[in-house]
Amino acid sequence: MREAGVRFGLLCALIGFLCLTLAVFGFPVVESVQKIGEGAFGSRAGFARTMVQMTPLLLAGCGMVVAWRAGMYNIGGEGQYLCGGMAAASLFKLFPAMPPQALSIGILISGVIGGGAYGWLAGWLYVRRGVQVVISTILMNVIAVYLLDYLVTGPLQESKHQNPQSDRLPELAMLAKFDLQTDFHSGMMVAILVAVAVWFFLYRTVPGFKLRVVGENPRVARANLIPAERVQLQSMMLSGGLCGLAGAVQYSALVGYLSPSFAENWGFLAIPVALLGGLHPIGVIGSSLYFGALLAGTDYLSRSSAGGKSIIFAMQGMAVLAYLGFNYLRSRRAQFVGAES
Amino acid sequence: MSWFIQVLFFSTPTGLAALGETVNQKAGQLNIGLEGMMLTAAYFGALGAEITGNPALGLLLGVLSVVPLWIIQNLLTIHARQDQVVVGTGINLAAIGITSTLFQQRYGDAGRLITIPTFARFGGLDALVFFMVVMAPVIWFALHRTAWGLAIRAAGEYPDSVESAGFSVAKLRWQASGIGASLAALAGAHLALSIGGTFVQEMTAGRGFVALAMVSFGRWKPFGVLGACLLVGFAEFLRFYFQVRQPIVPYQFFLALPYVLALVVLIIVGKGTSAPMDLGRPLRSNK
Repeated sequence: MREAGVRFGLLCALIGFLCLTLAVFGFPVVESVQKIGEGAFGSRAGFARTMVQMTPLLLAGCGMVVAWRAGMYNIGGEGQYLCGGMAAASLFKLFPAMPPQALSIGILISGVIGGGAYGWLAGWLYVRRGVQVVISTILMNVIAVYLLDYLVTGPLQESKHQNPQSDRLPELAMLAKFDLQTDFHSGMMVAILVAVAVWFFLYRTVPGFKLRVVGENPRVARANLIPAERVQLQSMMLSGGLCGLAGAVQYSALVGYLSPSFAENWGFLAIPVALLGGLHPIGVIGSSLYFGALLAGTDYLSRSSAGGKSIIFAMQGMAVLAYLGFNYLRSRRAQFVGAES
Repeated sequence: MSWFIQVLFFSTPTGLAALGETVNQKAGQLNIGLEGMMLTAAYFGALGAEITGNPALGLLLGVLSVVPLWIIQNLLTIHARQDQVVVGTGINLAAIGITSTLFQQRYGDAGRLITIPTFARFGGLDALVFFMVVMAPVIWFALHRTAWGLAIRAAGEYPDSVESAGFSVAKLRWQASGIGASLAALAGAHLALSIGGTFVQEMTAGRGFVALAMVSFGRWKPFGVLGACLLVGFAEFLRFYFQVRQPIVPYQFFLALPYVLALVVLIIVGKGTSAPMDLGRPLRSNK
C-alpha cells in the first residue's frame, strides 16, 4: 500500500515536473499541457502515436533493466539497437525470397541475435579483460553508427544504388498494423509480452534471482557459489538482445528500410526510462507510456510553438536528477526513523 | 605540415575535455556528463559571442554556464553519494534538452544557420589549441610532481587513507571535477567558436563520450591521453581528405579506426594497474 502511495506520488511529481519545465522555458503551461495531452491521447491518431513511440522505449528499457539490475552499466543500448536493425536487414538481403511470415519472424530473431551478440561482446570484455562496460559500450556505440553508415552505402544498399538506404521490406513481411490509417502496429504486443516475461524472469525464477543478487553485491553472490562472471555475461547478452529486438521491431514494423537516420537515440532514451521505472519491468511499462505520450504530445506541441520537441530531453534529465535527490532524502529519512526505534 | 595543423585543430575539443577528465578520473570520479557540459558551453559560448560580437566574452559565458551543472553533479555524487553514471546520464539529457529548446525558441524550429565571430588564428591555430598542448605537461606536473597531485591521485586510489592523512576527499574531488568541468567548457566553446563558427543542435556529436574513452585509451597519463586524442583528430582529418578522393577502403573505416583501436588496446592491456582503484565508487567516508 505504501509502495502504491510512493508510485502515485511519483506520477504526480512527474506531471508537476512537466508543468515546471514548461514554465521555466516560458511556454504557456495550461495551453501546452492541453496540447500535449491532445497530441498524445486526444484522438485515435494521437493514441496510436503514443503507442508507436512507447514500443522501442519499452523494449530497450527492459533491456536496460536486465543489465543494470546485474550491476552492468550498459550505455550501449544504441549500438545494440542498431546491430539488431542491421542483423534484421541483413537477413532480408540474404534471403529476400523467404515466405513473408517466416521472414518477419526471422527478422525478430536475427534482431535479438545481432543485439545480443554485441551486448555479449561488451560483457565478455568486462568479465575476461576487465574493460569497464561504460567505456566499452560507448566505443561500441560509435563503431555501430559507422558500421551502419558503411552498410547502407555498401553491402546493404538498395538494388538501385541511389540513396544510402537498404531495400524496402515488402508489405507482407512487415509486422501487422491494427488499422491502416495509423502506424499502430503489433510490435506493441511484443513489447508488453517481453516486459511481463522479463518481470517473470527477474522475480519468479532462480536465474533471475541470482542476477539480482549479483547486481546487489557480487561478493555475496560468489560467497553463495553463484558464478558472478557468468551471470554478468548473460545479463549483458540478454540486455543487448532486447535492445536488438527493439531495433528489429522498429525496422520491420515502422520504417521498413535502413538508412543512417535509423539511429534515433532510442537506446539512449531507454536509460532514463528504465531508471524512472525504478529498474522494474512493470515500472518501465508505466514510464515508457509516460515518455511515449510526452514524445507524441511534444511532437504535436512543436507544430504550434517553437522549441516544443526537445523539451522532453530537458524533462527527462531533470527528472532523473530530481529522482536521485529524492532517493537520497528518502534514504536519509529512513536512517533517522531507524535510529529512533 | 599543413595537415598536422589540421589534425591539431580537430583534436582540440576532444583533447581539452579528455585532459580535464584525466584529472577528474585520477581523483576517482567518472564524468559521464562530459558530453552535456561541452554542449552547454558550446551553446552559451555561441550565444555570448553572437550577442556581444566578441568570442572571448562568449567563451566566458560558456564557462560560466557549466558551473551550475558542475555544482548539481557534485552535490549528487559527492554528497548524496548517488551513482556517478546515473547522475552523468541525467546531466547529458538535461543539457541536450535545455540547449536545443533554447536554440529552437531563439532561432526557430529548424534552426536558422547562425554565424558568430570566431577566435583569431595564428598560423591556422587559435589560442585554445596552444592551450591544449600546454595543458598536457602542466597536468602531468601538477599530478605527479606536487603534493596536491599526490593527494588527488590518492583520493582516486585509497580515499580512506587520504581522509586519515587529514585531507578532505570531498574537497579534492570538487577541485578535480572543477578542472574537468572547466576544460570541458573550453572544449565545447572551441567547437562552436573556432571549428564551427556556429551552433548546431547536438553539435558535440558524441565527442564527450569519445574523450571519456580516450582517457582509458591513454592509460590515465596526460601525454598518452593527448596522443590518443591526436589520433581522433587525425581520423577526422582523414574523413575530409578521403570524402573528396573516393578511396578503395570505405572512409567509415578510418572514422571508426580510433574507436576500434581504443577497444583493441583496452582488450590487450585489460584492466591493468593504471586505472584508479576507486574510480566510479561513491565516497563512503562521508559525514
